[in-house]
Amino acid sequence: MSGPSYFLVYDRNAGPVDLMNKRAVFKSWWLPMAFALPQLLLIFFFFYWPATSVLTWAFSLEPAFGGVGERLFVGWDNFRDVFADTEYWRSVSLSLFFAFSATALSMFIAFVLAICVDRQLKGSGLFRFFYIWPYAIAAPAVGLAFRFIFAPESGLIAVVNTWSPDLWNPAKFGSHAMILVIVCFAWKWIGYNFIFMTAGLQSIPRSLIEASAMDGSGPVRRAFDLQIPLLAPTLFFLLVLNLTESFVGPDTYGIVDLTTEGGPNKSTDVMVYRIVSEAFRGLNYSGAAAQSLVLIALIMLFTFIQFRYVERRVHYK
Amino acid sequence: MIERTPILNAVTYFIMFLGLLLILGPFWMIFAASTQSLAEVNTVPFNFMPGTDFLHNVQEAWHRANLGPALFNSLVTSLLVMTGKIIVAALSAFAIVYFRSPLRHFFFWMVFLTLMLPLEVRVIPTYNIAADVFEPVRWLIQTLTGVELSLQWNLLNSYSGLVLPLIATATGTFLYRQFYMTLPDELAEAAKMDGARPLRFFIDILLPLSRTNMLALATIMFVYAWNQYLWPKLMTTEADYQTAMVAMRSLIPSVNSLPEWNISMAGALIIMLPPLTVVAVLQRWFVRGLVSTEK
Repeated sequence: MSGPSYFLVYDRNAGPVDLMNKRAVFKSWWLPMAFALPQLLLIFFFFYWPATSVLTWAFSLEPAFGGVGERLFVGWDNFRDVFADTEYWRSVSLSLFFAFSATALSMFIAFVLAICVDRQLKGSGLFRFFYIWPYAIAAPAVGLAFRFIFAPESGLIAVVNTWSPDLWNPAKFGSHAMILVIVCFAWKWIGYNFIFMTAGLQSIPRSLIEASAMDGSGPVRRAFDLQIPLLAPTLFFLLVLNLTESFVGPDTYGIVDLTTEGGPNKSTDVMVYRIVSEAFRGLNYSGAAAQSLVLIALIMLFTFIQFRYVERRVHYK
Repeated sequence: MIERTPILNAVTYFIMFLGLLLILGPFWMIFAASTQSLAEVNTVPFNFMPGTDFLHNVQEAWHRANLGPALFNSLVTSLLVMTGKIIVAALSAFAIVYFRSPLRHFFFWMVFLTLMLPLEVRVIPTYNIAADVFEPVRWLIQTLTGVELSLQWNLLNSYSGLVLPLIATATGTFLYRQFYMTLPDELAEAAKMDGARPLRFFIDILLPLSRTNMLALATIMFVYAWNQYLWPKLMTTEADYQTAMVAMRSLIPSVNSLPEWNISMAGALIIMLPPLTVVAVLQRWFVRGLVSTEK
């Protein structure tokens, strides 16, 4: 990567992107505007206008009884209400637990599989072919399938309930429900993590591996001393991305909505799910908007961390 | 393979087979369940052998979740979102890379910042604007001129509503930008020398050259669009515009009725098939699309 690092930005899906300059450029003041117009209109109408609404709602209150008139500016009151709510903090800690567990589980499995496949034994291409599949499955579909597989009265796990009743029941016990949503998310993201880890491993020069083999290091030693350190940037990128996605991503919403709907007894009521259901069912726009702003701030923090890290990586090269 | 390591190879194969079980196991269970009868699917422990009721289950799921129109809606919206994203990405990346307009950094950052505004944090206002797209236009005109317009455009329960809010794409723009950056500067110089205007250069040279890029982007965006859940769920209140992913909800066996998981799984299998086919058949492109700019 070349070019000044202050033009570097980080995309959650596309990785590091830099703004270098082309030598041969066309001269026109209106053409670039015309080319940019479709995207500009779309992001104005569907991203920035709604975002300003979120901002206004978070700092104001709806007039009582759905009456017309100006919204009442209330400063930080909505945030104070949100932060004073113990349910909110429970949701935050559930989200944190969910995000870290799902990320750790998914990345660990994907990592082990990627290291194995990268040994390029006979037939490993076939394994690679299948390991990517989970990423194709939509979160709600994963949710529905795992709801059956982990159902208390049928499916794979139900057999434990014949040994002793209620050994496993995600519809009844919060901890079981949490395990269920974590497994769903982790399983789906194995595919994605695997893709990026194999790509990262493949980019390690073959000569490096061969040289260290000549010096007498075995495959396990090479994995720990060579592949893992060289894979560290990819692992870090995936770590932040997985955390962001599990914390605020659409997959979390889809999975929770199809498996537990936040229950039982709100034990899987993670932040994303809570915001959407509060806004729609509870009709608490201002509270939801305040919570949304907190989430946006968190995403910015995550992105900032990515950003810092990309800059560092560029300097190393 | 560099050296002979029979034991380690055996361990590697063992782990890879475990991984295969973990990945394909759920797929197999969905498939097996979808072929069994109500009694078979509820046997404990689960019977992994397929039954003979597949067609019946599919028919029942098809009817229950109204899958005919739902799949059609999903297909139409996915193709539209996919095409829209590619066009928008190719155009805006062209504007950023090939012109030195003072506004381009501003534009780039505006696009980039949309990544920090996922739908879940702006559901209600996005819903509101979909119900009344011209609200900002009316507001703008009223503040500027004081004229009150009665311009209205409601996107709820329409294909435009399912598609338009999903088309803006930071990822696609970055992917295309990255692709343009890899092209030699001489290409544009030669085109300019031959008197080609920007539009001609874009249509005759850039677009044909970007075919692989386009295919990679198309695969990831098709999967993305097909798997959309929250937005179509919110904005379609009429069954006519329901997508397959939303219809999936009606396949959950309710607490007070029979646990007809065989029918649920038959429906789920059909709904997950199109993106799975894309990823399996076009895997090379799909992986390239995901990874290509992470270098």
